[in-house]
Amino acid sequence: MEKFTTLTSLAMPLDRANVDTDQIIPKQFLKRIERTGYGDFLFFDWRRTAAGEPDPAFVLNDPRYKSAQILIAGKNFACGSSREHAAWALENYGFRVVIAPTFADIFFSNAGKNGIVLVRLSEKHVATLMNNAKTIANYQLTVSLEEQIVTDSKGFKVSFEVDPFRKFCLIEGLDDIGLTLRHAAALNAFELKHDQDNWLKAKN
Amino acid sequence: MANLTDAVKKLAEEQGITLRDLIREAVAVHLQQRSNAGSSMSNEAKTLFEKVWERHVVAEPKDEPVLLYIDLQLVHEVTSPQAFEGLRLAGRKVRRPDRTIATVDHNVPTILADRVNIVDQIAAKQIAALRANCAEFGIELYDVDSTDQGIVHVIGPELGLTKPGMTIVCGDSHTSTHGAFGALAFGIGTSEVEHVLATQTLPQSKPKTFRISVEGDLPKGVTAKDIILAIIGQIGTDGATGCVVEYAGSAIRALSMEGRMTVCNMSIEAGARAGMIAPDDKTFAYLKGRRFSPKGAEWEKAVAEWSKLPSDRGAKFDRELVIDAAKLAPYVSWGTSPGMVAPITAKVPDPAATQNEQERKGLERALEYMGLTAGTPLIDVLVDRVFIGSCTNGRLEDLRAAARIAAGYEVNTKVSAMVVPGSHAVKTLAEKEGLDRIFRAAGFEWREPGCSMCLGMNPDILLPGERCASTSNRNFEGRQGRGGRTHLVSPEMAAAAAIAGHFVDIRNWEVKG
Repeated sequence: MEKFTTLTSLAMPLDRANVDTDQIIPKQFLKRIERTGYGDFLFFDWRRTAAGEPDPAFVLNDPRYKSAQILIAGKNFACGSSREHAAWALENYGFRVVIAPTFADIFFSNAGKNGIVLVRLSEKHVATLMNNAKTIANYQLTVSLEEQIVTDSKGFKVSFEVDPFRKFCLIEGLDDIGLTLRHAAALNAFELKHDQDNWLKAKN
Repeated sequence: MANLTDAVKKLAEEQGITLRDLIREAVAVHLQQRSNAGSSMSNEAKTLFEKVWERHVVAEPKDEPVLLYIDLQLVHEVTSPQAFEGLRLAGRKVRRPDRTIATVDHNVPTILADRVNIVDQIAAKQIAALRANCAEFGIELYDVDSTDQGIVHVIGPELGLTKPGMTIVCGDSHTSTHGAFGALAFGIGTSEVEHVLATQTLPQSKPKTFRISVEGDLPKGVTAKDIILAIIGQIGTDGATGCVVEYAGSAIRALSMEGRMTVCNMSIEAGARAGMIAPDDKTFAYLKGRRFSPKGAEWEKAVAEWSKLPSDRGAKFDRELVIDAAKLAPYVSWGTSPGMVAPITAKVPDPAATQNEQERKGLERALEYMGLTAGTPLIDVLVDRVFIGSCTNGRLEDLRAAARIAAGYEVNTKVSAMVVPGSHAVKTLAEKEGLDRIFRAAGFEWREPGCSMCLGMNPDILLPGERCASTSNRNFEGRQGRGGRTHLVSPEMAAAAAIAGHFVDIRNWEVKG
C-alpha cells in the first residue's frame, strides 16, 4: 500500500449523491481474478453512450480534469455492493482522495486498505468545493493527512476528522495482517477458550 | 465556588423551583446513578449486538480498533481469488479451514446444460480458481454439481452453519441476511476476506446500535419484503450508516425465519453495517436437526446459551425508530436506488417537488433512466420480464408465496418470467411440493440455483430498456444488465405482475390455486 502524507492535485467534481459501487465498477469486470488493471473500467457505463462511444457529458471524459487525483462527490458515496474492485478501480485510475459528506461503511473500509484517503466534509463545504471545481479553471486542492486539512489557493481551509489508527496506517502504508499478528499470543489464548463453545462452532 | 452557587441559583430560577429542591433532586439522581453503576458490574442491560460483540473481542489495543474474532467465513468465487493470491504471495495459510465454507453462486449459469461447460471463459476461469484455491488451502467447497450448492446466504442457514451469537463474514454485502438468527453478520471487501482467512479476526470499530421496532399486525398482502422496503424508503439508503440495526416488535416476531432473513438481507440497502433479530423458539425450531447444528446434549446447551442473547429489558440503543405495521402496504420501487419506493397505490413522483438541486437532478435522472413519467400510477407500469429468486427472496417460502398467486393463471404473452431457487435444497423441496409444475404450467421458466439475474454476472440479464419486476435487492442503474430497468417487489407482487403484464395491487388478487 502506497504511503500518503500530502497531495496537491486537480479536483474532479462528480455532482451526484448515492453513487453506488455498481456504477463505479460494473459487474462484468468482477469476473477477473487479478487485483490490478481496473482503471479503464471505472464508471464504465457512465463514461459511455448507449452506442459505446465516450460520453463527452460525463466528467471523467472532460479534458479539463484529466490527471485529477482528487474526486469530489455527493453524500453516501460508494453505497451498495461490498466489491473492493470499486476501490481498486478508483486507485488504478489515479484517484488518491475522495471528498464527500458521507461514505458507505464497507467502501470506507476497502478504501483504507488501498491507500485511498476519504475526506468527510460538511454538505456545505462539499458544495463549495464542487462549485469551485466546476467553475474555476485548473482548480487545485491540497489534502494534508498529517494536519488533517483541505486547502485551496483562494483561502479555503477546512479541517477534517480521521480515525487516528487509520491515519497512522495510511501515512505508513501498513499491511493490516502484519499488524494483527502482533496480537498472536492473545489470539491463540482467545481461540483455545473460544473453541470450547460448541454453540459458536461453525460445524458441529 | 461563588460562580457555581450563582449558576445553580440561575438554573433553579429558570426551572421555576427552589434552590433546596433542585439540590435535593440532583443528589437523588446522583445516588441513583451510583447505585446503578454498582449493580451494573454483574447486571448491566445489554443489547443483542453488545452481547455478541463482547464475546468475540480478542484484543483491545489502545487507540486502535478492536480485534474481533470471526466464527464463520463464507467464500464465493467473485470476491476471493485476490485474497487467496495475497495469502500465497505472503506465504500464509488459512488459519481455520473448519470455520470456512465455499460455494459458487454469482457466476453460475442457471440452465443445467450450461453449468457443465461454462461458455463465458472469464467466469469459468474464476470458478476454476475457487476450486483450485479450496483444494490448496483445505476448504470445503459446495461446487456447481453439489446438492448443497446455492447462494451463500441461502445455504448458510439451510446447513445449520449460521447460528445465534456467531460472528459471520463474507465478501458480499448481503451477509447481513444471517443476522436473522441473532448472529452478527456483515459484508467485507477482499482485503478483509484475506485478513480473516489468515487470522480468523478483523480489526473493527464498534458500530452504533439502532433499534427499529415494527409493531402491530401486517395487513393482508403485505410481506417481509414490504417491511424492509418501507424502512429504506423512510430512512433512506444512508439512514443506518455506521449502525447495526436490531429489528424488533411484534410484526418482526410474527415473521417466519425466511421473512426475517428477507428483512435482515436488505439492511445494507439502508446503509447498515448489519441487521439482527433476537433468536427465539422459531429460530431454534428452524435450526434443530440441520447438518451442522449441535446435537443431543450439546443442542440443549446451545439453546440455553442462545436464549441469553436477546437484548435485555432497558438496554440502551443509540437510535430508535418505531413503525406501525398496520400502515404498511405492498411496495414497488420506481427509481434507481432502493430508497426510491412507493406503495403500489401511489404514482411516480414529480422531481419538481424537490427543493435540493442535487437531489432533484438525481430524481430526474432516475426517471429518465427508468423511462417513467411523473404522475403515472404505478399499477399502469408495464413489465417485460419477471425475476423471482435471489438471497432476498429465493427461499422455499418465497416460492410458495409466488406459486400460490400464479396457480391457475398464465404468464402474460408479452412477459418473460423466470424462477431461480436460492439453492439446490430449495429447488428439491419445491419440486417435491410440485411448485415447479405450478410455475411451468403458468409459463414461468424453472431454473437451476444461483444469484442469477439479481446482479446478472451470469447469462441471465436484461436487455437495454427492458423493465423487470424483481424480487431481488438492488435497482441500481444497469444492475440486471446495461440499460435494464429494475423494480423491486415481493414474490407475490412479482408473480402477479408476470400474469397481468403490469404491476397490480396484490391485495385485490383473486387466488385460484
